Amino acid sequence: MGVRKVALSVLLVALCLLVLVPFVWMISSSLKHDNQVFTVPTQWVPREFVWSNYADIWTQIPMLAYLRNSAFLAVTISFLQVLTGSFAAYGFSKLRFPGRDWLFLAYLATIAVPWQAYMIPQYLIMEQVGLVDTHLSIILLQAFGAFGVFLMRQYYQSIPDELIEAARIDGLSEYRIWWRIMVPLSRPAIASLGLLTFVSTWNDYMGPFIYLTSNELWTVQLGLRSFVGQYDAAYAMIMTGSVISVLPVVLVFLLGQRQFIQGIATSGLKG
Amino acid sequence: MVSTAPALRKRRPPEPPAPTRRRRSLRPALVGWSFILPNFLGFALLTLVPMVFGLALSFMEWSPWGDPEWVGFENFERMLRNSTFWIALWNTTYYAAGHIPLTMAVSLGLALLLNRTLAGLGFFRTAFFLPYVTSLVAVAVVWNMLFNPASGPVNQFLQFVGVSDPPGWTSSTAWAMPAVIVASVWRDMGYYMVLFLAGLQTIPTELYEAARVDGANAWQRFRNVTLPGLRPTTFFVLIMCTVASFKVFDLIVVMTDGGPGRATKVLSQLIYEEGIREGRFGLASAISLVLFLLVAGFTVVQFLLQRRRED
Repeated sequence: MGVRKVALSVLLVALCLLVLVPFVWMISSSLKHDNQVFTVPTQWVPREFVWSNYADIWTQIPMLAYLRNSAFLAVTISFLQVLTGSFAAYGFSKLRFPGRDWLFLAYLATIAVPWQAYMIPQYLIMEQVGLVDTHLSIILLQAFGAFGVFLMRQYYQSIPDELIEAARIDGLSEYRIWWRIMVPLSRPAIASLGLLTFVSTWNDYMGPFIYLTSNELWTVQLGLRSFVGQYDAAYAMIMTGSVISVLPVVLVFLLGQRQFIQGIATSGLKG
Repeated sequence: MVSTAPALRKRRPPEPPAPTRRRRSLRPALVGWSFILPNFLGFALLTLVPMVFGLALSFMEWSPWGDPEWVGFENFERMLRNSTFWIALWNTTYYAAGHIPLTMAVSLGLALLLNRTLAGLGFFRTAFFLPYVTSLVAVAVVWNMLFNPASGPVNQFLQFVGVSDPPGWTSSTAWAMPAVIVASVWRDMGYYMVLFLAGLQTIPTELYEAARVDGANAWQRFRNVTLPGLRPTTFFVLIMCTVASFKVFDLIVVMTDGGPGRATKVLSQLIYEEGIREGRFGLASAISLVLFLLVAGFTVVQFLLQRRRED
């Protein structure tokens, strides 16, 4: 038994190192000079630490503006998604009215439809109302996803109806029940959905790529991509930019890890 | 719970007079709708309407310079004559055929390894999950460097273990797609691992005990207890993974931009190029419809297979 446990631990450590190689490469290259990045054999620990990369990147590209745009979009979208998602989920899980199940089916059915299948007509609609090349287009695009409604409803199903009944008998309106009972009780689900939305909007490339053409509106992902296109031999600086673009989400993830993983696990359980 | 206490204590006077029958039937519907409306407005205008509109658009000729015109199946004929469409269709299928089974096998393997009590379990789970929160742009950029044909660490390693002529990866038409698939499996495995772990927790331990008593070895336990118990999870993972791989875009655009040549051009890239860059909205919508039918067809087949297995 003991031998097997040790063998397993060794295997896991080895797999872990393998999985983390790209991160090690990213960080180590970000602290090198360009001509030291590709050496034979690879230097996993830089011979000389070039910390100045982390000071210079802010003047090479408008990194701060990109970070601000990404943060603004990710926070706004997460907030709206949680708000409208949990509001709608209450309607879908705790209220009975004609057309409810039919509507929910429409939500569910669209989760399996790839965005690419309707992005052209969506783009034409946005163009008609003059929203192309604005942050608002990205917000509208991502703040009303079916996934949020689905996730919140999964959680609300687990809250007993008796609790709601009791509050109704006490004379609370449905809106107050949602605000005073459901919202406080579903804090873990709200955290899950908020984190998942934050990370996916921060990392999104295709949406901003299609809609945002003005440089001053760009997100970190667009900025990084354009930097790579312009200076494809600035290996070290590209890795510095990558580290900076990844760092905020990794921090958010590490802080809210439990809720994050819980949220994914919940979405996979049949409801 | 604490915050609900005052609300519950504050008893209201006796019930208000019963509303008339008509109001009683209308009110719950209005309240219910009012909850759903804020989300539904956005959802309907930006998802449902475009979906229906897109279907119509695929039968229309519409460019930024002209008025829309009904053209029947012309867009589809043009699509079928377009050689890039066939290449993109093949590449998308190739990517899916590599990405789906590999991702599922790796993530299930990791979940099985982690589904036990072990020191440092949380650390391993975090490490395996970390690639998933990394943006695809960063993933693509880093893997491009790792796969550098001349002096990237991947080829250095291959030469070290005795491969004298390692592949050119993203600079070779034959090896660009495998390189993209490796990067995508690395990125996605943690996500599906979490889903599999959640599924594994739902299998009662008594089943394993009973199998052990019956003398089943590890492989038999896996075949006869784990796999059947995981079936709903596997189905869900398969569907999610399929949808995700048929719409692959970010990774390919940044890693290879469809090249070298057209070696890694995929359908969603073609939809973007034809529709948004070239303004051929009808043609792009026709390709979108094909993409949708592919995913829907695959999902329906899986669903039917799953149901037949359950009977």
